[in-house]
Amino acid sequence: MNETFALEVKNITKRFPGVLANDRVDFNLRKGEIHALLGENGAGKSTLMNVIYGLYTPDDGEIFINNQKVEIHNPHDAIHAGIGMVHQHFMLVPVFTVVENIILGSEITKRTYLDLNTASKKVKQLSHDYGLVVDPDAVVEDLPVGIQQRVEIVKALFRDAKILVLDEPTAVLTPQEVEDLFVVMRNLTERGVSIVFITHKLKEVLEIADRITVMRRGKVVGTTTPSETSEAKLAEMMVGREVLLQVEKAPAIPGDVVIKVSDLVIKDERDLVVVKDVSFDIRAGEILGVAGVQGNGQTELVETLTGLRQAESGTITINGTIMPFQNPRVMIEAGIAHIPEDRMKHGLVLPYSVADNLVLCTYYRPPFARGIERNIRSVYDNSERLIEQFDIRTPSPLVSAGTLSGGNQQKVIVARELSRENHLLIANQPTRGLDVGSIEYIHKRLIEMRDSGIAVLLVSAELDEIKSLADRIIVMYQGNIVATVDADKISRSELGLLMAGSQVANIPSLN
Amino acid sequence: MYDLRTAAPWKYFFRRWKGVFIGGIIIFLVIIFSYIKNSAVTEAVLASAVRQSTPLILGALCGLLGERAAVINIGIEGQMLLAAFVGFLFNVWTGNLFLAVLAGVGMGALLGLLLAFMSVTLKIDQIIGGTVINIIAIGLTGYFYKVGMTTKGKLQPIPLGPLAKIPIIGTVLFNNPPITYAAIVLVFLVHYILFHTRWGLRTRAVGEHPRAADTLGINVYFMRYMNVIAGGAIAGLGGVFLTLEAVGSFERVMTNGRGFVALAVMIFGKWTPLGSWGAALLFGLTSAIQTQLQFGGKVNIPHQFIGMLPYLLTIVVLAGLGGRARPPAADGIPYEKE
Ligand SMILES: Nc1ncnc2c1ncn2[C@@H]1O[C@H](COP(=O)(O)OP(=O)(O)OP(=O)(O)O)[C@@H](O)[C@H]1O
Ligand SMILES: [Mg+2]
Repeated sequence: MNETFALEVKNITKRFPGVLANDRVDFNLRKGEIHALLGENGAGKSTLMNVIYGLYTPDDGEIFINNQKVEIHNPHDAIHAGIGMVHQHFMLVPVFTVVENIILGSEITKRTYLDLNTASKKVKQLSHDYGLVVDPDAVVEDLPVGIQQRVEIVKALFRDAKILVLDEPTAVLTPQEVEDLFVVMRNLTERGVSIVFITHKLKEVLEIADRITVMRRGKVVGTTTPSETSEAKLAEMMVGREVLLQVEKAPAIPGDVVIKVSDLVIKDERDLVVVKDVSFDIRAGEILGVAGVQGNGQTELVETLTGLRQAESGTITINGTIMPFQNPRVMIEAGIAHIPEDRMKHGLVLPYSVADNLVLCTYYRPPFARGIERNIRSVYDNSERLIEQFDIRTPSPLVSAGTLSGGNQQKVIVARELSRENHLLIANQPTRGLDVGSIEYIHKRLIEMRDSGIAVLLVSAELDEIKSLADRIIVMYQGNIVATVDADKISRSELGLLMAGSQVANIPSLN
Repeated sequence: MYDLRTAAPWKYFFRRWKGVFIGGIIIFLVIIFSYIKNSAVTEAVLASAVRQSTPLILGALCGLLGERAAVINIGIEGQMLLAAFVGFLFNVWTGNLFLAVLAGVGMGALLGLLLAFMSVTLKIDQIIGGTVINIIAIGLTGYFYKVGMTTKGKLQPIPLGPLAKIPIIGTVLFNNPPITYAAIVLVFLVHYILFHTRWGLRTRAVGEHPRAADTLGINVYFMRYMNVIAGGAIAGLGGVFLTLEAVGSFERVMTNGRGFVALAVMIFGKWTPLGSWGAALLFGLTSAIQTQLQFGGKVNIPHQFIGMLPYLLTIVVLAGLGGRARPPAADGIPYEKE
């Protein structure tokens, strides 16, 4: 007798112009299991899930629910079949309240009247049952990402989802939020929900998955279980070669001070002081890591350093010159490269071609322009060179950046920023959402930059990343620098404590 | 903003509409004062304000239904004009006012369908789509209109029993012709639909984040079509108001920019029916005062300047009192699947 699968797909093929995103993919999901889906950026994971959810129409293939063949032409069919999906980029209406977002499309009404009260009660019941605390009346745009994600999960449960697809849910979460999410996921599987879990973090996969399927370039490479495999083996399956999971670096040889930040005070949009009297400097040839849970002032600090935000007081000095605030071009020309936190909002012009995105900071200068006229030829040549050098997976330099997979979008930014003449590189969460191969690559590049005498400011919420790359670390908590330490003098767990608000005095190794 | 919005909705509401509240109180006091001084003129001006505001609020409702679903409609002017003409023609041919109103409303809806087809299905730039409608309307009405067509009557005021006898309010609100009543009813109806029904929730979702709506099984294209068509019908009603209720005959380009003023009214009303109603009444009031000043003959300001009053006031109000308004996030952007 054949096993009954909660979900099974056979022979799914999906073509985009110039890309075979899914190539005869077979995949199955057992009842109540957590099935991790791994794969490089652009391997076709999101595409496969979008096909299952009815957002993309496959060119070929079949979908089965409980061994019954189903036709899924649109999300409505998918919801009807018990499939719920939390998308890589959240699908929430920012100006709606939590309950409005949750009921949208499955509204509860009294005659014609939208019954938000009954809905709120149902939402509260669900959040209570599954340990997903959300306030039904909060407006979504005011909520931190971690909570927004809970809203997404509640949204699926509200529709009685028996199959839950989580597309890179942990990419934007803090370590604590990831732990909370895992508790919820286990809770769900105990109640018979089956979960597809997409991530790039191998540790997480080994911790929570029952089975693991790996995709590469649109094809399934194989399926395994955590007990049969290891991080190194998974990485090799994904990328097709051995991957260095540990960064190799020589001790830093710091030179002159490149950037000196003194007594910077910064306010956010709500007029609250979010960076309080922050001072530090970075020398040529060293990496300064900024550790901290998201929302402790790092974003505003980076925006000020790159000329996007005005500071209340304090100074920024680069190579001995005091810089004006709020003038990105001056900052760029002073030799600051910037890998922004939000690649879609601040890193790329999504409707522009990859080639144009690769010259966003230099398009007005030779060789990309002569006087007022652009030199399209050299823009194109430049893009071909960088696509090759940085291994950007795109069908052509002329497709719009918006059609690239998340990881490849990130590579476009990295390629643009690292291919200019720089003194200082500010990298904010540079590997968020990237696959192990790309992370290895970007880490190597950052070390190379450092060794070639560039000062690097690395902001990251990933403890491992900070620990392994930075030479010195500052920890930010509620807008203050609570500690400045040498990277090799502090352990991962101590760093975690500082990030959570512990005092330096309570950490033995620092006293 | 955060605590205000969650802790005390009425406080947040007051913050948001503070300028309007204060302005409203001032206007109210001025009206009382002027009523004591000269009741007949005050009543006449106010009644005229309500009637002048009717085509504006109808146009604004059309605009906001479209924009709440992310379709910008700058063709309101054309929709009103052609509907006004068709309504007028039906009245000439049949002499049946009810049929004539229906024909105008139908014409508006048809133009709504055309706009929806251009902007939702063909994904033409919405400003161009609206302009096409305006040009079509001016061209067709100009070509087919012949001087000398006459009608048999127009819609007459219907006093609402004892309500019509209340001082000021009675004459101003409860002694009006049918389309003026309909406009007031529509304000509350559209408000109810937009903020208290399933249809409204979906409409707003489609205007803010169509992909999110799509992932929940909502048909983005259908929602946009229906709202733009409904908006067209309402604009059509605004059009026939001019020919069948206000004037009783047709003139070339008789909408005279009301469709565009309606858009300003909608923005000043922050894309809400009640807010737009307030804005339309304010504009109607200044128009009525302007007429009174011109024909009352007591002031010696050239009439061209007095004629500017409503527009100037709209600009001042839009720039100052209104505060920052946020249009629907996807406003004007065609939706692409995949
Ligand atoms: N809407 C689209 N139009 C054109 N090409 C697309 C579209 N969506 C995805 N692609 C292409 O399909 C391929 C697979 O993309 P997909 O988003 O499924 O990757 P992924 O495995 O989810 O990667 P990541 O981990 O970076 O999210 C990529 O090469 C991408 O450029
Ligand atoms: Mg993806």
